[in-house]
Amino acid sequence: MTSVSLTHYLIVSAIMLVIGVFGIFLNRKNVIIMLMAIELILLAVNLNLVAFSAALNDLAGQVMAMFVLTVAAAEAAIGLAIVLVYFRNRGSIQVEDVNLMKG
Amino acid sequence: MVYAIAVFAPLAGALISGLLGKAIGDRASTGASILGMLIAAVCGSYAFFTLVMGGGEPDVVDLSTWIEAGKFHVSWALRYDTLAAAMVAMVTFVSMLIHVYSIGYMAHDKYPRYRFFAYLSLFSFSMLMLVTADNLAQLFFGWEGVGLCSYLLIGYWYDRPAACAAAIKAFVVNRIGDLPFAVGIALIFMTFGSVEFSSIFGNVTKHGADTYHLFGRDLPMLELIGFLLFFGAMGKSAQLGLHVWLPDAMEGPTPVSALIHAATMVTAGVFLMARMSPLMEYAPYALAFVTFIGASTALFAATVGCCQNDIKRVIAYSTCSQLGYMFVAAGVGAYQVSIFHLMTHAFFKALLFLSAGSVIHAMSDEQDMRRMGGLAKLIPVTCTVMWIGNLALAGIPPLAGSYSKDAIISAAYLAHTNIGVYAFVCTILAAFLTAFYSWRLLFMTFHGKPRADQHTLEHVHESPSVMLVPLLLLAVGAIVAGYLLNGWFIGEGQAEFWNHSIFNRPDNTIMEQLEHVPAVVDYAPLVMAILGIALAWVMYIRQPNLPRALAKRFPVIYFFLLNKWYFDELYDRVIVRPYFWLAGFSWRVGDTTIIDGVPNGLAAIAAGGSREAVKIQTGSLAAYAFVMLIGVVVLIGVFMFFR
Repeated sequence: MTSVSLTHYLIVSAIMLVIGVFGIFLNRKNVIIMLMAIELILLAVNLNLVAFSAALNDLAGQVMAMFVLTVAAAEAAIGLAIVLVYFRNRGSIQVEDVNLMKG
Repeated sequence: MVYAIAVFAPLAGALISGLLGKAIGDRASTGASILGMLIAAVCGSYAFFTLVMGGGEPDVVDLSTWIEAGKFHVSWALRYDTLAAAMVAMVTFVSMLIHVYSIGYMAHDKYPRYRFFAYLSLFSFSMLMLVTADNLAQLFFGWEGVGLCSYLLIGYWYDRPAACAAAIKAFVVNRIGDLPFAVGIALIFMTFGSVEFSSIFGNVTKHGADTYHLFGRDLPMLELIGFLLFFGAMGKSAQLGLHVWLPDAMEGPTPVSALIHAATMVTAGVFLMARMSPLMEYAPYALAFVTFIGASTALFAATVGCCQNDIKRVIAYSTCSQLGYMFVAAGVGAYQVSIFHLMTHAFFKALLFLSAGSVIHAMSDEQDMRRMGGLAKLIPVTCTVMWIGNLALAGIPPLAGSYSKDAIISAAYLAHTNIGVYAFVCTILAAFLTAFYSWRLLFMTFHGKPRADQHTLEHVHESPSVMLVPLLLLAVGAIVAGYLLNGWFIGEGQAEFWNHSIFNRPDNTIMEQLEHVPAVVDYAPLVMAILGIALAWVMYIRQPNLPRALAKRFPVIYFFLLNKWYFDELYDRVIVRPYFWLAGFSWRVGDTTIIDGVPNGLAAIAAGGSREAVKIQTGSLAAYAFVMLIGVVVLIGVFMFFR
């Protein structure tokens, strides 16, 4: 049985990133899915950080990952709050309905 | 101290009546203004007599520092010498009489009077600052101050378009003269490093060979300064070329004409020549020019005066002509004589204007002499004082004018230069014309058949005593001033009297020569004056139809004189209209098209551009996210490739 090497981690992370990216711009419907895609991208980054940290025996990467998690939590909270308020005001969170910010 | 009170009392009067006039009312502010002038007149006369009768020493009363900028030092100071003190005494005395006269003259005016008295007192203060200045900067301050007050008083009846136009004209023409004057002051500072009189006068000979490089030529500095100062004097003293404002200035109330445009302000130019005599004496070409312009003005204004019909305009041209006389005297180096004529002229010309005012008052504001006549019996006092004024003006002995005017004509003769001969001929002809137009005025106004309508004639009345008393006092002055002041101003004791306040070059002996004038020259002005009077009598009393016949016979000459040698029309064509055209052009093209156009165009471009730019912002969240991702990819790509 082959052991799980750094390469595998990086491949998984790259796949997560690409899924997240496609999630953002293939998704035309739902803002919440967009938020989830962003979360996915951030997790891909985190996975990279932790994998490198383990491989290089350097704790700094894990500390960095903790920071990213914190920021991601805050971002999710604010993003969801905005979505909530937006829904209250406009009655819809369809992506094509979010078009007030234009010249 | 007394001297300073004489200068500042009018200012106090002006401030009280000007700033508090509304609060304290007309009576109180008039009183304050007149009280200020009265104090000034007493102090001014006292200062003058203590100086010349002994007991006073020429001095400079230093008040405070005005400007202190590097080497440029100007202080507020009052120069106390014979020239200044004599001017202060004359200005305060005449001004006081005119203030009193104004009470009666302005009594029926529809505006509140405090404004008038505030301006009048402020004018007196400015004039006193001018004559007592110890440096050119303060003199310029007074110079501009009197110009401003002249503007305010000419336009006093601001609801009359003619008065406003005349005020603006006077202001603009004076500015034209002021520019060369200011440049002259700057050149003096450049040459002498100071504008204080003492440091200028003490160093004139040191700078005799200085030159000023202009347009590739070296001009003698002192000559240049002399010319520039005289251009300033020309504007203020209404000399030929810049005289056009003076006749129009008669739109102001008559006391204003008497004070500003006869007795004081217009003589500032003559005063300047006398004050700057230590410098002018070393600028012979400038002096020749002064003589030329003065003589030409004397003759020109006298010819125009012969054909005017407005009583005040006749006197205005007469003033212009007499100022020409004064410049002739200054130009030939007899500054003492010019100041003497300035003094006597102040008395009889103020008298003439005020009695003209009295006539206008009696005739219910009629100024046209063609609608007067036969007023002698109706207003005898006014008639008498006007006769006295005209006798003095024409130079009939022993009245004031005969001393000063004859001295000027003699001085022109004694100059023994070509320009002096020209001046002599001009002044002697002008003396003839002076007598002619003066008696034309008298005969048309007071004698012959009444030409006014019945309604006006019924209302003709002698002026109240508040107007007559100043008239009588001035009449006394016009009679005795020449006799009394003659010995001091131009007689044997003149050097002692002037006490170096006026400078004559050592080789300029014209003042001594005045004692020994050929009898022909001495009597010529008198003969000319009598001939002039006789001609006026023939034309306006004996044969009243003669003037009309002459005018029909020689229409070109008549209209040439009636229209004042077409000076106004000439200036209108050559200067005013091109200037208006240029101003209109710069307004339409320069201002509206370019100055307004450029910012407006830029704003339009910015607005249009942003209108296009906002179309990029679609509002679609998906598109934003897509663009953001592509942007990150591009950035990373660039980073990878060009690291």
